[in-house]
Amino acid sequence: MSESTLHLTADVLVIGGGPAGCWAALAARRAGASVVLAEKGYVGTSGATPPANTTLFYTVPGDRLQNDGMVDHRVAPAKGFIVRDFVRRVYDETTVNTELMTRWGYPWPRNETGKTFRGNLRGPDYMIFLRKRLLAEGVRILDHSPALELLTADGVAAGAAGITRRTGDRWEVRAGAVVVATGGCAFRSGVVGTHNLTGDGYLLAAEAGARFSGMEFSGQWALAPAEGGLTKGIIYFSGSFSDADGTPIPHPGVPDALAAGRSVHAVLDRADPYLEDGYRKGQPNIFVYFHRLGGNPFTDRYPVRLLYEGTVRAAGGLDVDERCATSVPGLYAVGDATTREKLTGAAMSGGGPAVAWCIASGTWAGQAATAFARQFAAGTAGLAGRPVHAIGGAGLRPAANPDPERTAEAVTRAVQQEILPLDRNYRRTGAGIAAALERLDGLWEAARDGLAPPAGATPRDIVRAREAAALVATARWILASAGQRTETRGLHRRADFPGLDPAQHHHLLSGGLDRVWVRRADPHEEAVAA
Amino acid sequence: MIELILSERCIACGTCAKVCPDDVLRTDAAGEPVIAHKEDCQTCYLCELFCPVDALYVSPRTAPDPTVDAAALIAAGLVGSYRRELGWARGRPGGTETDLSYRMHEAFTEPFGEIWKRSGI
Ligand SMILES: Cc1cc2nc3c(=O)[nH]c(=O)nc-3n(C[C@H](O)[C@H](O)[C@H](O)COP(=O)(O)OP(=O)(O)OC[C@H]3O[C@@H](n4cnc5c(N)ncnc54)[C@H](O)[C@@H]3O)c2cc1C
Ligand code: SF4
Ligand code: SF4
Repeated sequence: MSESTLHLTADVLVIGGGPAGCWAALAARRAGASVVLAEKGYVGTSGATPPANTTLFYTVPGDRLQNDGMVDHRVAPAKGFIVRDFVRRVYDETTVNTELMTRWGYPWPRNETGKTFRGNLRGPDYMIFLRKRLLAEGVRILDHSPALELLTADGVAAGAAGITRRTGDRWEVRAGAVVVATGGCAFRSGVVGTHNLTGDGYLLAAEAGARFSGMEFSGQWALAPAEGGLTKGIIYFSGSFSDADGTPIPHPGVPDALAAGRSVHAVLDRADPYLEDGYRKGQPNIFVYFHRLGGNPFTDRYPVRLLYEGTVRAAGGLDVDERCATSVPGLYAVGDATTREKLTGAAMSGGGPAVAWCIASGTWAGQAATAFARQFAAGTAGLAGRPVHAIGGAGLRPAANPDPERTAEAVTRAVQQEILPLDRNYRRTGAGIAAALERLDGLWEAARDGLAPPAGATPRDIVRAREAAALVATARWILASAGQRTETRGLHRRADFPGLDPAQHHHLLSGGLDRVWVRRADPHEEAVAA
Repeated sequence: MIELILSERCIACGTCAKVCPDDVLRTDAAGEPVIAHKEDCQTCYLCELFCPVDALYVSPRTAPDPTVDAAALIAAGLVGSYRRELGWARGRPGGTETDLSYRMHEAFTEPFGEIWKRSGI
């Protein structure tokens, strides 16, 4: 294949164009940086948000009751780690940025009082709006251009290299700072919106030495109609569940019933016509399934299944400070790619906080990355002239001879067999974790040594091999952390330790590639214990 | 999964191939859209939204759907139904301003429903 390489320089490179990456790019651009945004798919349709629609939490200026209510809402379910003052800053920053959206012409809906309602961002509308804004502000967007690896200069993040899926052309962006906005990792479980979310950003950050926090808080499973993949959960506030014979199952009992192999049916029988209209005219995406396949979910029972979302709208991810800097100089992380423990504790971050965090973390990281990049001059004296190294390993540059048996498909399937079975993973045991880790350590070594795109590889093959390596690495950080937490807390569930242990109110940091490590860290001094 | 490209409607604008996040859709040498990697489709319906002439159909089933029948789907008004429900037209966004989602939020168990009632700006 004839390939060429596109060479670009920018003050700030953002990897991933979901909401967090878009806000990071906007903030950096507005702070005066030149910005390139590289996206695996297409900015506007890719990632978890466009197919989903997202509830957004924010504070209404001057209304104490509203502000405290918003902040306090997730304190009890968090089961520790949550820091009220931090949550408040996230929601305040969100409001400031929704004001910007108003100025840019976003067509907010209105509630019964006639005021603008900002609590639901319709996915495709919101993301196309952000795309247009990026172009208007002069951000250079590279669509269909997955990043494959970081470039570093003396241990400092200095850009990234990747491929263009359509042509096979390579791209290389040298940058003064890099923002990882690649979302969570759902292990190709079939959840709509997560196909591109394979942990690539984790792997390329870990290769530079970045660490994670809370990876055990990734037991995020969500309901979808039995043959569908859209995991919108909000309708189940109005739902009832029953087994095949119609025997009622309480909502909290649904996952265990499904894990035990029982069939579970849902019906949205607790919505009055006014609310039903709210669902139908607010979330039409949910009802395409029923419209096209038949059945009325408000009156007819339908079978459901649970799909794994991994770290998407969960809690664990790259460990970042208050400016969203990782432990690697010049490397920032935002949105679902980061830990959200200070925001929603050990519980899920979806349903409002997660996308507020995309806006706030994106804004903070965009500003901080711009400030960091100021130290480098433009041109060959600075950014373009720095000696850089491309540091990608597994899936990209095999450490030994490529092994034709180690295809991306085979490696991906092997990881999925460890992490996706509901019965073994909804509630884990110490013995189950240890056995899975042993197999995954072996898989990592084999992948590191032998996984490579086949001869005559298409761009798709090249990307798949790297994604497969990222999936193995991510599963190991998750399971190694899960093994070290001998209790049940939030999204971390242990069958052998079913209760919450107040003595374990500590973070679990993790990292490493050949040797995965896990260690404890104290929670923030203002964190609310469970 | 993506099931149909209705060639009699398609104007070969290339938009679906441009916007598909998973690189499922491509254009061939003649500029016509083709389903290149059906197995990568994530059932997001987004190609349908951006098609200016309702020439695509995505089945809600995440596995290949053997029941798909173009004539029956057109007769039932199901081709392009999602973009109509949203209020999109000719591949462009529309309808956000009439979103009634606040009703779901205000229906949350108190006190959170009340908090949402106070969340207009
Ligand atoms: C069904 C569902 C419903 C949800 N509802 C809500 C809700 O109501 N409220 C809420 O707060 N949250 C909700 N969430 C969570 C919310 O969607 C996510 O928190 C949010 O999308 C995260 O944004 P992000 O930008 O961090 O990541 P994403 O939106 O996932 O975007 C990451 C982007 O990075 C790209 N990428 C990945 N790898 C690479 C690479 N190697 N190179 C370049 N680009 C790459 C991906 O293609 C993707 O576009 C929901 C999630 C789901 C799945
Ligand atoms: S449904 Fe989504 S993933 Fe499938 S072809 Fe259409 S845009 Fe692509
Ligand atoms: S978007 Fe519609 S009209 Fe345009 S190429 Fe695709 S199917 Fe044809």
